[in-house]
Amino acid sequence: MEYRANAMICTCTNCISNGSLQIKEALEAEIRRRELESDILIVPTGASGLCVKGPILVVQPDGIFYQRLKKDDIPRLVEEHFLKGRPVKELMYVPPGQEVPIPELRAIPFFKDQRLIALRNRGMIDPDKIEEYIARDGYKALAKALKTMKPQDVIATIKESGLRGRGGAGFPTGSKWELCRKSRSQLKYVICNADEGDPGAFMDRSIIEADPHSILEGMTIGAYAIGASKGYIYVRIEYPLAIERMETAVKQAYEYGLLGKDIFGLGFDFDVDIFRGAGAFVCGEETSLIASIEGKPPEPRIRPPFPAESGLWDKPTNINNVETWANIPVIINWGAKWFSEIGTETSKGTKVFSLAGNINNAGLVEVPMGITLREIVYDIGGGIPGDKKLKAVQTGGPSGGFIPAHLLDMPVDYERLREVGAIMGSGGMIVMDEDTCIVDIAKYFLEFTNDESCGKCTACREGSEVLLKILNKICSGHGEETDLVMLEELGNAVRDASMCGLGQTLPNPILSTLLHFKDEYEEHIRNKRCPAKVCKALITFAIDKENCTGCLLCAKKCPQQAIMGEAKRPHTIDQDKCIKCGVCLDVCKFDAVLVA
Amino acid sequence: MPKIEPGDLDEIGEKIKRTMLLREGSGRAKIIVHMGTCGIAAGARTVMKAFLDEIESKGVKDVIITISSCAGLCSREPMATVELTSEPAVKYVDLTAEKARRIFEEHVLGGRIVAEYALAAGSERTL
Repeated sequence: MEYRANAMICTCTNCISNGSLQIKEALEAEIRRRELESDILIVPTGASGLCVKGPILVVQPDGIFYQRLKKDDIPRLVEEHFLKGRPVKELMYVPPGQEVPIPELRAIPFFKDQRLIALRNRGMIDPDKIEEYIARDGYKALAKALKTMKPQDVIATIKESGLRGRGGAGFPTGSKWELCRKSRSQLKYVICNADEGDPGAFMDRSIIEADPHSILEGMTIGAYAIGASKGYIYVRIEYPLAIERMETAVKQAYEYGLLGKDIFGLGFDFDVDIFRGAGAFVCGEETSLIASIEGKPPEPRIRPPFPAESGLWDKPTNINNVETWANIPVIINWGAKWFSEIGTETSKGTKVFSLAGNINNAGLVEVPMGITLREIVYDIGGGIPGDKKLKAVQTGGPSGGFIPAHLLDMPVDYERLREVGAIMGSGGMIVMDEDTCIVDIAKYFLEFTNDESCGKCTACREGSEVLLKILNKICSGHGEETDLVMLEELGNAVRDASMCGLGQTLPNPILSTLLHFKDEYEEHIRNKRCPAKVCKALITFAIDKENCTGCLLCAKKCPQQAIMGEAKRPHTIDQDKCIKCGVCLDVCKFDAVLVA
Repeated sequence: MPKIEPGDLDEIGEKIKRTMLLREGSGRAKIIVHMGTCGIAAGARTVMKAFLDEIESKGVKDVIITISSCAGLCSREPMATVELTSEPAVKYVDLTAEKARRIFEEHVLGGRIVAEYALAAGSERTL
């Protein structure tokens, strides 16, 4: 059957939660009703990236991008676009602050400035169809590696490409493989780390949901290079759709002989199992992850020995993150030189970020290393809602750091981020506007890591507790000058004394904000003032007598009955009753509620 | 399902090549059938079906069919525009399924414009 158009409906977790499956059903029903089944093929795909605009439908071959679809839009869309060939402008994307919609996906700034390597097949294939992956050069790299390359050649290529681990630490992937290759053992393992736990991060989930075979192919190439015969994909159980798609992919790969015995008939054997992790943040740390697969409590252990020497069941083990594995087939197909020409001196290729926070185009982006934060936030991200000022960009999640607005033109790579006290991490990127309280947000991350600390080593377990207590003290208006010294000293101690990455990085949100935003801490401590007006203990709500029209709206909405006054006379707030919920501020139409 | 060998990859890909080209929006040729109300009333669907049948029966992989709205010359519908890569677009008028098949054979596959059905070469200039 030859179709004239493909309707690519996004069925990533985000779009599904926005109702994309209902849109798909409505689309199918309407296409049947209009007898267009033989013209239009509906294809479910993984995330397109502009997750905040879901549900998303892209119509090919013209690349028309529809967003925020509702069930009721479908009859009109089918009649106008599919029957009469008139794309529906009202359902297209309109850039922030503009009025004219952009019909084509490739013309939308969010998409056109991205460079897709790890996400090369997103929105282009049905992740449940191995044939579609194959049609886009899938498994060719594996064939090339097994047929024409020795394991050492594969390692040399990956080393030459300059690829570094995308999970956080940025260790050179080729060297990691080489260490494991050199360990002598009959049995070796490779593991795909898909235990993505940073709040607000969804890079790994999106890659698996959009293109599971890219990971399987990367892992099989890695296993061949290292000499491993067994692989595990460690996915957290909170990712049911990713698990389902990966299970389908594994099954199909076995059926085609691309996993299992004698792959491609070329004599290499490799088996893969999916392991469902229960979702502890510490399992992202490789020794904890290994303990978890072994059925032990997920606690890290001292390294060395490194997993490359003694890992899963004491056998040599190589762990890479989802995004790292997804890069491998492309490097083998296109060559190390091609890959190493993308990016900066020390950081090659691209990086996937999940862009979140105070940003217009929240979503998943893949950009070349060396791009500036300004380009990511303003060109791709479309800037900050309400034209507010940027305060900081936080990278690396709870292990990461804050980059202040004045460093916005800094190129993004492993080294530059570290220089300013942040890290690449696995790719979380949270944009914060001027209304964000730095102390409050540092406290948020500490609450998370304090909660997720496994408790095995004292520095992390007790250190995070005390750090959090000090932050709470500062936010509640009881901060003292000595607290800042204590935060820094204790932060450094926790970093130096903790056993694993969780503890070693958990002081980062504090240390990097002390570096760039010390004045904000001092304002909380010395003047008992929260400049962003977030910390409740440090703010008061009052009514401006000039602006207040006496409409009584705030008084009616106040959950504490703390607002008194008569109609058409200025109101007042009873400070003893006020719980600082901010409802009066939200409902006032006359800018008469003051926060100080 | 049989186990595959490296040489089988291309064959699997080839089977759905047209679908993939369609999704990439690329191809050697593009046929636009004008399907406004006027076009549909004049029988544009039959014309479009004829093009799709040709693609299927001849196993052509690199030709994309798409539709657009009324081309403005309602009295001459059904109309279609044929665009070959790096050649000016050609607009055909008063089409039937029969004419569509001939255009497909001679112009799209053979590269020779069917002058007797053609209105003009080139598309309107926009802005």
